[in-house]
Amino acid sequence: MNLTLKIWRQKDAASQGSIVDYQVKGIEGDMSFLEMLDVLNEQLITKGDDPVVFDHDCREGICGACSLQINGEPHGPDRLVTTCQLHMRKFNDGDTIYIEPFRAKAFPVVKDLMVDRSSFERIQQAGGYISVNTSGNTQDANAIPIPKEDADQAMDAATCIGCGACVAACRNASAMLFTSAKVSQYALLPQGQVEATDRVLAMVNQMDEEGFGNCTNTGACEIECPKGISLENIARMNREYLKASLKG
Amino acid sequence: MSILDSKIPEGPLADKWTKHKNTINLVNPANKRNIDIIVVGTGLAGGSAAATLAELGYNVKTFCYSDSPRRAHSIAAQGGINAAKNYQGDGDSDYRLFYDTIKGGDYRSREANVYRLAEVSGNIIDQCVAQGVPFAREYGGLLDNRSFGGVLVSRTFYAKGQTGQQLLLGAYSAMNRQINRGKIQSFNRHEMLDLVKVDGKARGIIARNLVTGEIERHSAHAVVLATGGYGNVFYLSTNAMGSNVMAAWRAHRRGAFFANPCYTQIHPTCIPVSGDHQSKLTLMSESLRNDGRIWVPKRIEDVEAIRAGKLKPTQLSEEERDYYLERRYPAFGNLVPRDVASRAAKERCDAGYGVNKTGEAVYLDFAAAIQRYGKEKALTSGIHNPSKEEITKLGEEVIEAKYGNLFQMYEKIVDENPYKTPMMIYPAVHYTMGGLWVDYNLQTTIPGCYAAGEANFSDHGANRLGASALMQGLADGYFVLPYTIGDYLSHDIRTGKIPTDTPEFDEAEKHVKDRIEKLMGGSGQHSVDYYHKKLGKIMWNKCGMSRNEKDLKSAIDEIAALREDFWKNVKIPGTANSMNPELEKAGRVADFLELGELFAKDALDRNESCGGHFREESVEQEGEQKGEALRDDKNFKYVSAWEYKGEPKDAQLHKEDLVFENIELKTRSYK
Repeated sequence: MNLTLKIWRQKDAASQGSIVDYQVKGIEGDMSFLEMLDVLNEQLITKGDDPVVFDHDCREGICGACSLQINGEPHGPDRLVTTCQLHMRKFNDGDTIYIEPFRAKAFPVVKDLMVDRSSFERIQQAGGYISVNTSGNTQDANAIPIPKEDADQAMDAATCIGCGACVAACRNASAMLFTSAKVSQYALLPQGQVEATDRVLAMVNQMDEEGFGNCTNTGACEIECPKGISLENIARMNREYLKASLKG
Repeated sequence: MSILDSKIPEGPLADKWTKHKNTINLVNPANKRNIDIIVVGTGLAGGSAAATLAELGYNVKTFCYSDSPRRAHSIAAQGGINAAKNYQGDGDSDYRLFYDTIKGGDYRSREANVYRLAEVSGNIIDQCVAQGVPFAREYGGLLDNRSFGGVLVSRTFYAKGQTGQQLLLGAYSAMNRQINRGKIQSFNRHEMLDLVKVDGKARGIIARNLVTGEIERHSAHAVVLATGGYGNVFYLSTNAMGSNVMAAWRAHRRGAFFANPCYTQIHPTCIPVSGDHQSKLTLMSESLRNDGRIWVPKRIEDVEAIRAGKLKPTQLSEEERDYYLERRYPAFGNLVPRDVASRAAKERCDAGYGVNKTGEAVYLDFAAAIQRYGKEKALTSGIHNPSKEEITKLGEEVIEAKYGNLFQMYEKIVDENPYKTPMMIYPAVHYTMGGLWVDYNLQTTIPGCYAAGEANFSDHGANRLGASALMQGLADGYFVLPYTIGDYLSHDIRTGKIPTDTPEFDEAEKHVKDRIEKLMGGSGQHSVDYYHKKLGKIMWNKCGMSRNEKDLKSAIDEIAALREDFWKNVKIPGTANSMNPELEKAGRVADFLELGELFAKDALDRNESCGGHFREESVEQEGEQKGEALRDDKNFKYVSAWEYKGEPKDAQLHKEDLVFENIELKTRSYK
């Protein structure tokens, strides 16, 4: 298929960006969206132009590096996939596709389609851990049985890949789904209980400091999340936060 | 006498590690505060090492090329992590895990290292559970296990099909705790371009800030390389796009020996290649072989009808299918080790039985498992006389709970529903057992330079068993390196900060800058990918699943010629002093073009078949094992460690003889 691409080009964080038009030909349905961009870049390099910069690495939907706002949707039109797992068979010959970076105040553009998500790092650093040193003599792994349902729910929350689609989907650029996924994982496990109060306060505080917006329950994040992280996590974080505030 | 000293402690196998820990030097907590350590790579090995070293009190600097340590490619490991916990009561023990690993590696790894790995495996699970890693559990709340290839017990712990992700996020969380305490400084979007040696010791690195293009100097008292494997030398592999050999290769050029470069794992269950545009291959976890049965049609007419789209695989009866692994290896069946399963798939496809258009695919079929689980589920749910549809539905639910994310991934990529029609799979490059040579302390041949995880060569011999990479990465990072590095650093308590304004740093920085300038100065004929793809084709066709003298010799010449062409004619747009992903790729491919040649040279030297390394000249000629790989212990029971001497063709071979005192060398049979 032949496509028209309208791609956001921006030299660096300090420069103004704009949409630039490109044509690509001979795109096959089996190609991933990023392989389609590889074709474009090969074309640009041959001409001596600067290739389009975008984040990507594992190309199997798990590292969370790839992003892209495709026709206004994070990771494009398909559900439960990242951009690297979005295949061109979801598009038609002659389509025009808009490709932009994830947009949020807390995700400044680095270059072209690449954004700086270090705000997510700082939220995790504020409390996204259990304080246990590596000793080799923590208690036996089976010493505390954990109900399967709790373990499974913790796992579901823990599958967040930190891509930032939730923020890009949200009209408030809120990071509640991301932050609540980590808070939930630990809140559901006995090992996470000891520091639960400090954790939720610290992580929510950092989230606010980074300039992410508030949650107004539109639910867009849940729909666009490539890993299907549930809104229930936000509800759980709100409960944890309220509990912690009363204690605190 | 070899110049290689493996430093294996004296004493009985089971006591070596404990004794070693009790006798090596320690650094007192006040002195640790004055000691800096650089950790390059933040996957399971690097992340766990960085966190643990920081907990101990050292000042740690970490480096990764991604925007976050959490994106390291350990994240993509699916199936699980082994540990000799014996929670299933099926007779597992440290010794059995040790034995399986040595045998699985085809008797080409060090006994002492592997025993230590087995010994600390249980601690890893304890540690991860304490960190909040949500492993799969049974209804009683205790941890669940599954089986992996090459073993007869259930010792694999897992978190759905995302075990690597959960373990890495565990190590990442431990890192975050130390970043928050100021004990780790995390340099993301940075790439190590050279190792700096002062008085023969590793004392720092030269790194490039990938956002600004700036070249930076970083000093430390020791440098840990945990930079993963070099599977991307094949261009197409299951590695991440950015996975590369640069850090290890730069250390090699500075004097670290490179061990067993030809030992590559070709994983049997990957999604087949669909076309020339393909940028990477996707693995389908080995855990699928617990429940999936591998087959091709018995009759070539059926193969042709399937390829022509006239026949569906589900229309073939049991009698018309060749479950070739179950036929050839009745004892292990579909759970033979990876190298055996891969070669068997290649054998069928080479004979013309491949089931897709390219002729390079076999079926992985879940229909039998769906029926089996469905019946079981119907019984336990109290459904009497269930219909076939009910059984299928219940069975599919069980399969979804076990492998849902893998099935979804398959469907997204291939556009077929694997619950209804068998998956198609084919082997792909997945892991490299070779790597920097290290002694028992994980130190390379450069004092102060350590290698951990996939970047070193130490534990998997010529073939790695499934679910053992995660175990080794975390064993190295959490439980081995933090002890052994202290022994070395105990001599550095009076050294003081290592300055970076010295001739050694000047020289290394100049070397890096000259190299970048040379890369940017190519004539501009072809893109970096053009060369990378060409190299990949040479590697896959001549150094892939099956190797012979003639092809290896021609590979050596072709790679050398390609390298020369690359340096003359590569085209890199943009500038060196700003963000430039093409320049990053070029640096990595330049090193692959050297490593690839050494790889072929090593494969040529090793005229035996062992593990993932299969030489057509070395095959069993008769008896039950006829046609299987033939190992040659008399002539090749050694680790090959290559010393850099300029061009790869001039590399000098050093041999570390492998001594087996606790295990009898046997023909590896899975029949």
